[in-house]
Amino acid sequence: MSKKVPRESYEKTISFRLKQWLAGTKDPFLDQVEMKPQKAFCETEEEKNRWQAEKQKAVTKIFDKQKNAELHFFRKIYRLVCVIFCVSLVLVLLTGVSYLPPYGHAGNPVNNEVSQRYIENGLQETGAVNIVTGMILDYRAFDTLGESHVLFIATCTVLILLRFDEEKGKKKKWKDGEIASSNMEELCANDRYYEPKNDLILQTVAKILVPPIVIFGIYVILCGHLGPGGGFSGGAIIGAGLILYLNAFGFAKTERFFTARTYKITSFTALACYALCKSYSFYTGANHIESVIPLGTPGAILSSGLIFVLNICVGVVVAGTMYTFYVMFRKGGY
Amino acid sequence: MEFVRNFPFISIILSLFSGPLSSILDRKKAKWWNMIVIGLIGAMSLAVLMYVLGTGEAYVYTMGHFTAPWGNEIRVGVLEAFMAFFFCVVMFLCMLGGIREREAEIEESKQNLYYVMINLLLSSLIALIYTNDLFTAYVFVEINTISACGLIMIKQNGRTIVAATRYMIMSLLGSGMLLLGICFLYGITGQLLMSNIQEQVHRIASEGSYHIPLLVSMGLMSIGLAIKSALYPFHGWLPDAYGYSTVSSAAILSSLVSKGYIFLLVKIFYRVIGFDIVMDSKVINVLFVFGIAGMIMGSIDAIRENNIRRMIAFSSIAQIGYIYMGFGLGTTEGVVASIYHIVSHAATKSLLFVSAAGITDVSGDSTDFFDLTGAGYRNKLAGVAFTAGSLSMIGFPIFSGFISKLLFAQAAVGHTFKMLPTLIALAISTILNTIYFMKTVIRIYTPMRKSRDREKKNTVVRMTDQPLKSAALICFILMNVILGLRSETIVLMIQNGLKMFG
Repeated sequence: MSKKVPRESYEKTISFRLKQWLAGTKDPFLDQVEMKPQKAFCETEEEKNRWQAEKQKAVTKIFDKQKNAELHFFRKIYRLVCVIFCVSLVLVLLTGVSYLPPYGHAGNPVNNEVSQRYIENGLQETGAVNIVTGMILDYRAFDTLGESHVLFIATCTVLILLRFDEEKGKKKKWKDGEIASSNMEELCANDRYYEPKNDLILQTVAKILVPPIVIFGIYVILCGHLGPGGGFSGGAIIGAGLILYLNAFGFAKTERFFTARTYKITSFTALACYALCKSYSFYTGANHIESVIPLGTPGAILSSGLIFVLNICVGVVVAGTMYTFYVMFRKGGY
Repeated sequence: MEFVRNFPFISIILSLFSGPLSSILDRKKAKWWNMIVIGLIGAMSLAVLMYVLGTGEAYVYTMGHFTAPWGNEIRVGVLEAFMAFFFCVVMFLCMLGGIREREAEIEESKQNLYYVMINLLLSSLIALIYTNDLFTAYVFVEINTISACGLIMIKQNGRTIVAATRYMIMSLLGSGMLLLGICFLYGITGQLLMSNIQEQVHRIASEGSYHIPLLVSMGLMSIGLAIKSALYPFHGWLPDAYGYSTVSSAAILSSLVSKGYIFLLVKIFYRVIGFDIVMDSKVINVLFVFGIAGMIMGSIDAIRENNIRRMIAFSSIAQIGYIYMGFGLGTTEGVVASIYHIVSHAATKSLLFVSAAGITDVSGDSTDFFDLTGAGYRNKLAGVAFTAGSLSMIGFPIFSGFISKLLFAQAAVGHTFKMLPTLIALAISTILNTIYFMKTVIRIYTPMRKSRDREKKNTVVRMTDQPLKSAALICFILMNVILGLRSETIVLMIQNGLKMFG
């Protein structure tokens, strides 16, 4: 005997809603999720004309395609030369590779005293259980110092290219649904207006996922010297978490804690910290002064001397770089 | 250990540190800090040069607690210290000479990013000069490439962005080839430290094993660096990149960035592979042929060009051709001549770019050849400086260009096959140089009627109006004359340095 349930309470059960959803009579997302589609790319007649005129000008005035015989000739042979160049490069490389020592052979020249010492003494000398981390952040830390500056300078170059500067004193706060300016061009450049806001699915998923992602990233950075991981991979994970958060909640929220200035200051601090730490170890190493930094017990979280600090520095730089790249390519300023 | 031995390491770290620092400073502070850093590093390099000249031998500086093949190290000799010092001087003067244009042409909020680029460029150049590890060299080549892209496109108009894109594509192709070359070399030697690679390469060469990978590796590295330094058939990116970027960028790119790569190539030839093995391979003949072609074709392109900035850029292609021609001779004299030409061209080309900016400045900002009429009277110092630079490029005695041509000719004499082509190419190239430079000098000293001057909105600039640029120009002229008159000292230094190099 089953209990009789009044219709009102039955309508609240999951099974009823599932049935409705299957039957197609009710859409559970209706009135729950903002379903505003992205606005189409707006292009007025005037802009289109201007754009075409500029293109025409580039063809006729700057490159002078009709009269430039050299360019004309070049365009004809371009594909042929491309194919010849690529094929010959491929042939040269394949020939070279086929004469290289066989892959993974024990007697290869790369299996020499250099890698032997990394493998045999890496743990005692650097204190890092993960030999790769010990190699890139202690034995060959100078290369990694350069490499982290490569990331920084790449971000700066993207800033030069894509940063969209608002004029001083005209800085506007972009609030949900409010159009602060009637200037259409500015709106086109600023895609905050078009981004789908308050997407319930994305926001719920992000709420669940972002904290574990960031915590996992921090874990990967902090345990870089103990297992697989390190600053580069951990920083990339944190950067991905931040990008997900940005997509779900929009710039208004992320800008509370992360702006261009934050990026510059954090990366400056991280890179300066890296440079200072390494200067100390380069200086003491070259002048044969004993370093006072203890290596600690291998396997403990606070061990392996400077590697721990350097991993954090690299992680900060990488996370900031990933996030800044995304923001720059998305909108060009924050 | 003497404290002066630490200076190369301090120079690299100081300039690396200044990069991120400039990004948080405001533009004025970043500018002055940049000047101070370049000055400091120049002074330190001079001290190192004096020290190495005194001891008479190169020394190795371990970067960290682990010695050479395990850790990183840098190696300092006379040639390295001299190059570092010289690069700092040229960079300082280029920055000084281009201040006004830079501040007018670059968006205010992006100016401190310019100093980020300059600081990191300087650090990468110095690290390329000093490093004794092939992979470290590659890392700093990356920094060099990216910062050069930034320097081109920071003055934002359509042409610089196209130029930067081209530069990036070509330069990345070059980097990729260099990296592949390094990988091949690592695969057959198992070493990354330059002196250890040389040991292994000698062993391989005497055993006769791995002949083909060695050749492929040499070819990839030479062509990769040749693309990056705009050797003739790979020069497509150069005219736009130098012709439209802001003055100090153009001057620095032409006189330092491409020279840094050439210096790395010298290093690879001498220290990594060993000059005798490079000589035996045919790679060097390829460079010779490309060099000769560049000397002539670059000059012909320059003659056909009507934009003064692009003309100077095309002239760079010819001069890079000279340098590779010198390597191609395959003798020590040839390499000495090439290195002297690196120095001489760096001093002259930056002078030309800065003075050309002065000339176009008084001609209503037009770079068109015919608008420059009489510009030498409107900006007297820039006119004189441009004339001096032109004379040096042509190879007029008392200027540095004369000595480098003389050295090239001397190096070629007595060579069995290459003597005749070298001398003929030198003669033709000199004539072509004279045509386009003298054409411009005559144009800027052709008087223009006063009424037309006013109509064209031409202005007059006196020396005291732009004291910084004037100072830079005077220093550049002096540097050219000193290099020309005191060439024995420099040549002797280069010869000693090359002996220490291997």
